[in-house]
Amino acid sequence: MGRKILLEQVNIPGINTYEVYRSKGGYASVEKALKTKAPNDIVEEVKKSGLRGRGGAGFPTGMKWSFIDKKSGKPRHLVCNADESEPGTFKDRYLMEKLPHLLIEGMIVSSFALEAHLSYIYIRGEYMWIYKILEKAIKEAYAAGWLGKNILGTGYNLDLYVTCGAGAYICGEETALIESLEGKRGNPRIKPPFPAVVGLYGNPTVVNNVETLMDVPWIINNGGEEFAKIGIGKSTGTKLISASGNIKKPGVYEIELSIPVEEFVMSDEYCGGMETSRPLKACVPGGSSVPILPSNLLFKTAKGETRLMTYESMADGGFATGSMIGSGGFIVYDDRACVVRNTWNFTRFYQHESCGQCSPCREGTGWMEKILWRLEHGYGNIEDIDLLWDIQRKIEGNTICPLGDAAAWPVAAAIRHFRDEFEFHVKFPERIKYRKHFEMQPFESVKHLLQKQVEVAV
Amino acid sequence: MGLTEVIKEDVKFSDKLLARIAELKSHFPEGKHKSALITVLHEAQDEHDNWLSVPVMDKVAELLNILPIEVYEVVSFYTMYNQKPVGKYSFEFCRTSCCCLRGAEDLIEYTCKKLGVEEGQVTPDGLFSVKTTECLGACGYAPMLQLGDYYHEFLTPEKMDKLIDDCKAGKVEFYSKG
Ligand SMILES: Cc1cc2nc3c(=O)[nH]c(=O)nc-3n(C[C@H](O)[C@H](O)[C@H](O)COP(=O)(O)O)c2cc1C
Ligand code: SF4
Ligand code: FES
Repeated sequence: MGRKILLEQVNIPGINTYEVYRSKGGYASVEKALKTKAPNDIVEEVKKSGLRGRGGAGFPTGMKWSFIDKKSGKPRHLVCNADESEPGTFKDRYLMEKLPHLLIEGMIVSSFALEAHLSYIYIRGEYMWIYKILEKAIKEAYAAGWLGKNILGTGYNLDLYVTCGAGAYICGEETALIESLEGKRGNPRIKPPFPAVVGLYGNPTVVNNVETLMDVPWIINNGGEEFAKIGIGKSTGTKLISASGNIKKPGVYEIELSIPVEEFVMSDEYCGGMETSRPLKACVPGGSSVPILPSNLLFKTAKGETRLMTYESMADGGFATGSMIGSGGFIVYDDRACVVRNTWNFTRFYQHESCGQCSPCREGTGWMEKILWRLEHGYGNIEDIDLLWDIQRKIEGNTICPLGDAAAWPVAAAIRHFRDEFEFHVKFPERIKYRKHFEMQPFESVKHLLQKQVEVAV
Repeated sequence: MGLTEVIKEDVKFSDKLLARIAELKSHFPEGKHKSALITVLHEAQDEHDNWLSVPVMDKVAELLNILPIEVYEVVSFYTMYNQKPVGKYSFEFCRTSCCCLRGAEDLIEYTCKKLGVEEGQVTPDGLFSVKTTECLGACGYAPMLQLGDYYHEFLTPEKMDKLIDDCKAGKVEFYSKG
């Protein structure tokens, strides 16, 4: 059994209530931090732990905290990003539903480290029942004296509230989230200035993912060095992975950042292998924005080394042959899935979610969606594949926020690894007419038709 | 009826809703009460048949001391706000990749056919409507739909039949509002 940091106590009955949570040692890190440490000690401890942001980008948390502007003397804020909308990702929901007090505990310690006195949890509007859970837990924490004025008699004050969105993926991007939290449309801001200098209400602000903040109590209780002992290299600690698609046991799993990908997919402790006897075809290992990997690059890197669930190993080979851990949204496809259809589905998602501020993203996602629709429905032509490649290249890097890149990468990777599948859609429109074309006849079994055509042409 | 008359049309917010709005405002610093807007709109929508009419939006603007346009531009940005009436039971199906791998498309077709509506339409009796949404964070429990505040997961045609029957019998809770 792998080591658990976040989910160790998750199955204790009533752990979602204050009484049980507290009786199992909950809120100890708040006592330790507020009574025995200075804010900077906490930042240093988190730096030592090597903890990296769990929201997707993997930026070192301690370093991010040290950028917060404390000189200006303006009020500071910590905002928890609970917008969780990256397709394939459902871990934060699980954490908050099961362990609401762990999030509050993490937020108190982290707010103290940042010397923030007003902090918010921003949760996606669809998770309304969890909003209620958090609201209740916050009330309990106030009543028990963990929030409010002069916490534990230390003189530290903190107000914490939960607030929500209303259905917009872009509000997961931290500056869009801040706009939304100010009661506006979720249009990302141009950076710099970064939120650490100009954030919520123009004040220095840190935005962190739910899971990131939930790791902090353990780090304070056990020390950053202990945390850094788990995992490999710069991938320290554990990570929650939400697994979905054609596997036996979809769900949320906590892994040490070191196990082989193959173990994660195949072992009974995690995904339990494939859903049926149909073979694995591809995997999107870190949420819809990261490059899709064909099965031959999933368990082994291009160099033939065992691929591990670490930030580095998952990215080994760059975008040519690697991918990213991202948000931990691990989507597994068997050979019934159609890569063209899946790419069209993702692109439609990005087109729908683009905020529309930058033309490359707004127009580019729309064009890509149209072209992919036509390829998938048998109306494409062979130049469309290069056209798609061209468009995605022109979006990447040319936009205000990374949603543009997130829309471009899946398209690029699909063409890179599955070009023949796109060609098949162009050349055999009658064979892909039916929505479930590869369910009846997996691509592998009809791929040879492409080859035959080439021979005839020669 | 002219536009100004529509805007002036009076709407009633219950005392409970007004108290809730006051509480939500108190979560934000003085002068920053607009921050409560998105949450307040959810609550207002819930109390007004699950959609936001112009008079309701104007009332929200008045209560938060902001301009009506500041409310309209937010309402038109976020997909959870309905700008026209929906069914009493509005089924919101996830149509994103992971759910499709587990049969979401079949289930949406099945439901639309059974209810005799297309996506976005309301049944003649006003009871049901079908809407599709993007990933709702239930990818591992697919296929799924959202109804009010709750998720219905691991759906099958049989479970869908039962859910529809239960809705008709008034046995389905959809707001967790205390
Ligand atoms: C389009 C877009 C959507 C994002 N969605 C989320 C999200 O739902 N949850 C999240 O934690 N981070 C999301 N992020 C990343 C955040 O911008 C930010 O990097 C993160 O909240 C930082 O927290 P961390 O350092 O703890 O990971 C998103 C980024 C982009 C560009
Ligand atoms: S990249 Fe897309 S989502 Fe991001 S700011 Fe530009 S238009 Fe909006
Ligand atoms: S893809 Fe349907 S809930 Fe995520």
